[in-house]
Amino acid sequence: MLSIKNLQVKLEDEDKQILKGVDLEIKGGEVHAIMGPNGSGKSTLSYVLSGKGGYEVTGGSAALEGVDLLEMEPEERAAAGLFLAFQYPVEIPGVGNMTFLRTAVNAQRKARGEEEMSAAEFLKVVRARAKDLKIDADMLKRPVNMGFSGGEKKRNEILQMAMLEPKMCILDETDSGLDVDAMKLVSEGVNALRSEGRGFLVITHYQRLLDHIKPDVVHIMSDGRIIKTGGPDLALEVENNGYADILAEVV
Amino acid sequence: MADAVAKTDPTEAMIAARSMPKGTWVQPLREDALARLRAMGLPQRRDEYWKYTRPDTLTQADAPLAAVLEADEAPMFADVDCLQIVFVDGEFDSEASDDLNLEGITIERLATSDTDLHWAKNLYGVLETRGQSPVARPLAALNTAFATDGILIHVTGKPSKPVNLTYHHKSESSDAILHHCIKLDAGAEMTLLENGPAAARFNKVLEVEVGDDASFHHIRTQGRDHERRAATHIFARLGTQSAFRSFTMTVNGVLTRNECVIELTGDDAIANVAGACVGDGEFLHDDTVFITHDAVNCQSRQVFKKVLRNGATGIFQGKILVKAGAQKTDGYQISQSLLLDGDSQFLAKPELEIYADDVACSHGSTSGAIDEDALFYLRSRGAPEAEATNLLTLAFLAEAVDEIEHEDLREDITNRLGAWLQRHRG
Repeated sequence: MLSIKNLQVKLEDEDKQILKGVDLEIKGGEVHAIMGPNGSGKSTLSYVLSGKGGYEVTGGSAALEGVDLLEMEPEERAAAGLFLAFQYPVEIPGVGNMTFLRTAVNAQRKARGEEEMSAAEFLKVVRARAKDLKIDADMLKRPVNMGFSGGEKKRNEILQMAMLEPKMCILDETDSGLDVDAMKLVSEGVNALRSEGRGFLVITHYQRLLDHIKPDVVHIMSDGRIIKTGGPDLALEVENNGYADILAEVV
Repeated sequence: MADAVAKTDPTEAMIAARSMPKGTWVQPLREDALARLRAMGLPQRRDEYWKYTRPDTLTQADAPLAAVLEADEAPMFADVDCLQIVFVDGEFDSEASDDLNLEGITIERLATSDTDLHWAKNLYGVLETRGQSPVARPLAALNTAFATDGILIHVTGKPSKPVNLTYHHKSESSDAILHHCIKLDAGAEMTLLENGPAAARFNKVLEVEVGDDASFHHIRTQGRDHERRAATHIFARLGTQSAFRSFTMTVNGVLTRNECVIELTGDDAIANVAGACVGDGEFLHDDTVFITHDAVNCQSRQVFKKVLRNGATGIFQGKILVKAGAQKTDGYQISQSLLLDGDSQFLAKPELEIYADDVACSHGSTSGAIDEDALFYLRSRGAPEAEATNLLTLAFLAEAVDEIEHEDLREDITNRLGAWLQRHRG
C-alpha cells in the first residue's frame, strides 16, 4: 500500500535536515504506529507525504500503490487515496462544513472519473456518518472547525475520513487534546473504517490511543530515522520506560 | 472671454458641454445646484477627499470611450418578480419598462414630472445639499443641476414587489446623468434593485428620505463592462426607528467611486451599508462612506470587502461622525481586502469622530493574502488549488454578502461572484 524508501527531507528555507532516511512499508489492512520523542520528525513525515509546502525532498521515494506520491499536488494525492487527519485542524471562517465536505468528496470523485454525489445522497450519507461520531446537525452547518472544541475538531477529521474513504490514512497525534470519552469515540470511528484494503499510520506520543486502535506494527522514530520496529509490546515498553533505554540501545 | 475661461477651467468646461434640461418645480433646484457647483468647483487631484482616486476622467467634459460588453450571462435579478424600469445609456426605455403602477407607491419620471406642488421639491437636491458639508461632493451637485432623468418614488405603503432599475450600456461614448428621489412615509417599506453598467460614464444620485418606522432595502450591481466609469452618490436621512440597508456588488469597471452619505436623525434608527467588489487588472474601486449619528440609540454598520488581482486597486474612505448628544450610538465599520497577488493594492482611511461619551464604535481595516494553511487543508481533502482558492475567496466576501437580508438575492449575488472567480482564476 504505502512504500517509503530512504526518504530524506530538509526544510526549504533552512539548511536543516529533518528526515534522514526513513524506510516504511505498510500493507493493506495493517495499522502501523509511529512513536518518538518531540522533534524526531513524525509530523514532518505526515506533511511531506500529504504535500505540504515548505519542505524539500533531498532523497528517497514514497509511493502509494506503486504511484509516486512526491511528484503529485496535494489534491492529487488525496484523489489517489491518501488522507491526513491533522494534529491541528484548520479553522476556515465563511466556508460551511457541509460545503467543505461536499466539495472534497466531489472533487475527488471527479478527479477519479467517477460520478459526483447528488445533494440528496450526500446529505443522507453524511448524516449517518455524523451520527456515528455524535456530530450534531449544528456542527455540520457551522463554518469549518470554527468554534469547535478540541474533541469536535478531531471528530470532524474522522468524519471527513469516513466520507472520503481513503486507502491510506495518516493520523497525526489525533489523541492530542482529547479526553477519555472523546478518545474512545474517535477510536471507534477509526476502527469502523479498518478494512482489508485500507492502511493506517498512527502517529502518537502515548500508548493510550493504541489501547483503542490496536496496531499491528509499532515503530520508534528518532532524529529523522526509524530506529526500532516491533509489535504492540514496543509501545508498552515506551509507556513504562520512556525512550531513553531504546535510544541508548540503538546507539 | 467666456470661452477662454471654459478652456482653462474644468468646471466651466463641463458646464459649457451640457445644457440644463427644462422642468417646472425642479428648475430652481437645478439653478441652485449649478450655483453650488460653481462655488465649489469640480474635484481636483490635490483635493484631500480625492487623494487616492484620480478624478480627471470623471471631470473632463466628454466621457472617455468604453467598449460595450456582449452579455453572456442572464440579466441580473431576472428571476425576481419586480417592477422593471429600464434605461439605455441614461435614456428611459418605455418599451422595455413596465407600467409605472404598483400598489403602495407612486412612481414618476423626473423628465416628465410637471406638477408644481410636487413632493419631491422637498427632497430633490435637498439631501445632496446637506451632504455637501463638511466635505464637498461636487459631482453630486453637477448631477442635481444636469440630470436628464430619474425616478421619483413616493412610498406610502408596502408594495408587494421590488422596483428594479436596469441600466443598459449600448453606446461606447454615452455619458449619463440620472437622479432618483425616494420618499418613504411613516411605516412604509420598499426594496430597490439596481443593475447594469448604465453608460460609458455614469453619474448617479439617489436621495432617500426614510420616514419614522419605515424600512428601505437597496441591492445594487454595477454591470461587468470593463471600461465603464461610475461616480454614484447615495444620500439618505433616517427617521425614528427606521432602517436603511444598502448592498452593492461591483465586478470589473475601470473606475468606480461609490459615495454613501447617511444621516441618522431619528432615535433607534439602523443603517447598514455593505459592498463586495472583485477586480482584475485595470480596476479601481472606491467606497467613500460618511455616516452621521445625530440621534440617540442608533446603530450603523459598514462592511466592505474587496478582492483584487493583477494590479487592481481598492480604496475605502469611511467615517462615522457621532454628534454631541447622540448617546448609545453603536457604530461598526470593517473594510478588508484580499490581495490575490503582490501587484494589487488596497488603500484605507477609516475615521471616527465622536462628540458623545456613551457610545460604542469600532473600526477595522485589513489587507492580506489567501491563508496558506486553509488552502493546504482544502487541497489535502482533494479540492484543486483554483477551486480551493475560489472557495476561500467567496468565504472572504461572504461577510459583506450576508448583509443582504433576502435569501434568494443573497444566493444570486454569491453565484455571480462565484462565476466571476471562475472566469478570472489565476
